Amino acid sequence: MNINDILSVENLTMRFGGIVAVNDLSFTAERGKITALIGPNGAGKTTVFNCITGFYKPTSGTIRLRNGDDEWRLEKLNDFRISKIAKVARTFQNIRLFPGMTALENLMVAQHNTLMRASGFTFLGLFGVPSYRAAEKAAIDLARYWLDQIDLLERADDAAGNLPYGDQRRLEIARAMCTEPALLCLDEPAAGLNARESAALNELLLKIRADHGTSILLIEHDMSVVMEISDHINVLDYGVQIADGTPQEIRDNPKVIAAYLGADEEEAIAVMEGET
Amino acid sequence: MAANASQAKTARGPDAAFILKKAVISALVALVLFSLMIGIRTEAGSDGQLTWWTRFGDLAAMVAVVFGGSIVMELLRRWWGPVDTVRVVPPSAQKVFSFAGRALVPALLIFTFLVPVIFYDERYILDLGILVLTYVMLGWGLNVVVGLAGLLDLGYVAFYAVGAYSYALLATNFGLSFWICLPLAGILAAFFGVLLGFPVLRLRGDYLAIVTLAFGEIIRLVIINWQTLTGGPNGVSGIPRPTMFGIPLTPGDDGLAALLGIEFSPTHRIVFLFYLILALALLTNWVTIRLRRLPIGRAWEALREDEVACRALGINTTTTKLTAFATGAMFGGFAGAFFATRQGFISPESFTFHESALVLAIVVLGGMGSQLGVALAALAMIGGFELFRGLEQFRMLVFGGAMVLLMIWRPRGLIGHRAPTVFLERNTVISSDLVKEGHG
Ligand SMILES: Nc1ncnc2c1ncn2[C@@H]1O[C@H](COP(=O)(O)OP(=O)(O)OP(=O)(O)O)[C@@H](O)[C@H]1O
Ligand SMILES: [Mg+2]
Repeated sequence: MNINDILSVENLTMRFGGIVAVNDLSFTAERGKITALIGPNGAGKTTVFNCITGFYKPTSGTIRLRNGDDEWRLEKLNDFRISKIAKVARTFQNIRLFPGMTALENLMVAQHNTLMRASGFTFLGLFGVPSYRAAEKAAIDLARYWLDQIDLLERADDAAGNLPYGDQRRLEIARAMCTEPALLCLDEPAAGLNARESAALNELLLKIRADHGTSILLIEHDMSVVMEISDHINVLDYGVQIADGTPQEIRDNPKVIAAYLGADEEEAIAVMEGET
Repeated sequence: MAANASQAKTARGPDAAFILKKAVISALVALVLFSLMIGIRTEAGSDGQLTWWTRFGDLAAMVAVVFGGSIVMELLRRWWGPVDTVRVVPPSAQKVFSFAGRALVPALLIFTFLVPVIFYDERYILDLGILVLTYVMLGWGLNVVVGLAGLLDLGYVAFYAVGAYSYALLATNFGLSFWICLPLAGILAAFFGVLLGFPVLRLRGDYLAIVTLAFGEIIRLVIINWQTLTGGPNGVSGIPRPTMFGIPLTPGDDGLAALLGIEFSPTHRIVFLFYLILALALLTNWVTIRLRRLPIGRAWEALREDEVACRALGINTTTTKLTAFATGAMFGGFAGAFFATRQGFISPESFTFHESALVLAIVVLGGMGSQLGVALAALAMIGGFELFRGLEQFRMLVFGGAMVLLMIWRPRGLIGHRAPTVFLERNTVISSDLVKEGHG
């Protein structure tokens, strides 16, 4: 594992019965950079995410995360501890907000562990001690900051389930950022967004990287997003890495184009159009 | 305003025909159904031959009731119904409702405080009030588990029983006073809540419901069979009555009446019990409202909304669920201790599944998660049950019918919407169709 890498996936294999969703996959993600994971449908991208974030226990392989002096073996940690102590946050391919809670509440829930400690594991908070009230105010301020970043400050008090689709996508990113992660894993954040919203998403992700130094691992089909903001791209097909390199290298790689052509014509065209 | 009214009218215009049509169809169905059931009465005559006569008057009345009822039901559904129906509440009515809504809580609270004053001479009403408040408290306790955390618990009575037996046994065996036993009963019940919590952590939905149901039954069976400790089916008797912080409410020289220099009356104890359960219920309410605004309460609600997302945010769902079970159980334990001291005698018969079902019905009817809704539902259920006493064997029928109707109009309970726990600018309520019910 290189000193500059935040994440190193080594020989990761994930089997579901007879299906090998991820096969002996190795790749790294550099600290403070945006690393993309692309590939045709069913290539195993989401499965890799689920292994990194502890929702699946990999069949074999290691996943190392280095944050400062700490190194975590993610495949050995429980899912909630990966977010809590290893500081890996994620979003989901199918948005998973708390629909019956307001946008603000969604961001407050994300700060659960900080607030829990401040509330003396509820006992002090029950009696409203000043230190807890200060912590809650700080949490609201952080939520307000992120709502502002995603242009949803006006809708802070609306139920998350009532927001338009694009806003929900951005809110989910803001919620992940409220856990103050070292590594942010985004599963198709541009899915279902129109061109204008995609452009806004690019800006948001670049800003997250610039202002917070958060490393980003990105799964995305939308090439206008991937090619524009990624520092490094890994291409997956049938659970195997078929290429990796800079956006320019990936664009010109015949293997990648073939993989996309074999899988889905439209996506191959999207790749080639990204070229022009 | 005028434009509004005319709009409402145009929206309602075509509806009138629809409602009427629906009512006519319902009446026709009723006519066909009841023409034989009610219209013609047959009986075996004195010699065994068949005698019959017609009752067209009754039949007509029945059909008329169905016709009218259908119209009323459809109108109510339109006004307060589920979200998918177009709601057309006239603006004037809306104003009245919103005022009533705001005034309801203070009015209810003041009235409750005054009940022992107003009904001092009516023992029956006071007893009923105590009963209603006990169920309000149980409802609020279960609401933490079912309404907030979204975990369907069909064995809540187990914690009620644990609380009751804790007090009864500690008081009769060790002579501990009510005020020492009360927290102990709560702690013991919470302990049992955690005990139940562990095996069911991985279960969801129907499976969770079945295991909690079994847990309730196990506790009851253990109480019945552990004769040496619990007295088995004979129960525990001679449970000490509560004292007013050490001063007994008895006619003796050291009793409260003698100390205050007033004449002793058995009503004093009833009034004291009334205020005791009121205080306990309000404590439950206060704690629940506070907890909702603390990270733990938000985590409960988030758990109800989406457990996977919770884990992705670093929330330990195991301990979060356990605290929900423990908190709900603790309030059940308090209520149980109160029950024991009020009755002076407890037996396993008081802790059957029927009680769990009743408390759950209160929570569901009230609107899961809503404190006011649960209180109103407890009042309606327990009070209504008494109200229909005159109907004798039809009581259950009327009651069941009322519950079915209520669930048709308000599938998410009396107060289904959710109030946010924190806000920046506007404190808007969240409509019930967005709020998840949890996986229980
Ligand atoms: N829990 C599971 N059980 C069985 N098979 C699974 C499971 N999760 C994923 N798979 C299989 O693993 C393969 C990879 O799926 P995955 O969701 O990782 O693809 P993906 O690259 O994210 O695709 P998409 O671009 O469509 O999201 C698929 O064949 C899928 O059917
Ligand atoms: Mg996927």
